[in-house]
Amino acid sequence: MPDFAKKSGVQSSIPTGSMADIAFLLLIFFMVTTVFVRYRIPGIVLPRAEKVEEIKMRRHINYVWVSADRKVFINDKLAPMGAVAATFYEFRLANPRLIVSLKCDVRAPYGIVSRVLEELRKADALRVNFATDKER
Amino acid sequence: MAKKAGVQRRNKSNPEIPTSSMADIAFLLIVFFLVTTTMNQDKGIGMQLPPAGENKKIQKKNICNIWVNSVGGILINMEQEVPLGGLRAEMERRLSENDKLIVSLKADEETSYDTFINVLDEVKLSGAQRISLASPEK
Repeated sequence: MPDFAKKSGVQSSIPTGSMADIAFLLLIFFMVTTVFVRYRIPGIVLPRAEKVEEIKMRRHINYVWVSADRKVFINDKLAPMGAVAATFYEFRLANPRLIVSLKCDVRAPYGIVSRVLEELRKADALRVNFATDKER
Repeated sequence: MAKKAGVQRRNKSNPEIPTSSMADIAFLLIVFFLVTTTMNQDKGIGMQLPPAGENKKIQKKNICNIWVNSVGGILINMEQEVPLGGLRAEMERRLSENDKLIVSLKADEETSYDTFINVLDEVKLSGAQRISLASPEK
């Protein structure tokens, strides 16, 4: 009882001693979860879809971009259609759990996309993901 | 005089690292990471492509062909034209009739990617598990 009385006496300051610890804890959390955007091709508008899934394993992802003017990019480099299979064959040898994320512009014709898919099949890179934004 | 006294006092000995500003530094870094963090992961419609050169024989009654033409018209099994909004219900009906149904999606060369994704999305939403993407005829 006397203890209790003592505590509820005065002391109205928030203890700041552990503030740094809390802040560093948060800091470490954000440092670990942060992923910087690796590649960005300007001018590509992704389509919207409802049934989207998130790719959990980011480090297995390689990107193919198809722009509205029918250019094909692998990761962030312009590549001719004929080079897609060879490049992804190399990627697949390096990482058998490869996931290909297809980031195609809404205005791109399906013919190009289909040809990219054929190339990926040749390279045995069979896990593909049609990148879309979530429909609002 | 007062100033000098202060300097002297500081010079005396204080071997501790000042921790009161530690929180400020940490919070500054937090703000930086908060701003740069992109929580949104890569999203999209996942598909597993068939291996190259694989031709499976499938019974005709288990295939449902969906054609998409260059202006976005959708035709099921060469006979039934459906609007995009009605595709999901139609596919749900067909899947409930035959649970072994394989959906074969074929789009024209000039179909826009947007249309293709919309159709694929509707087919996925209808619950179809087995979807194949046929390459367009040239």
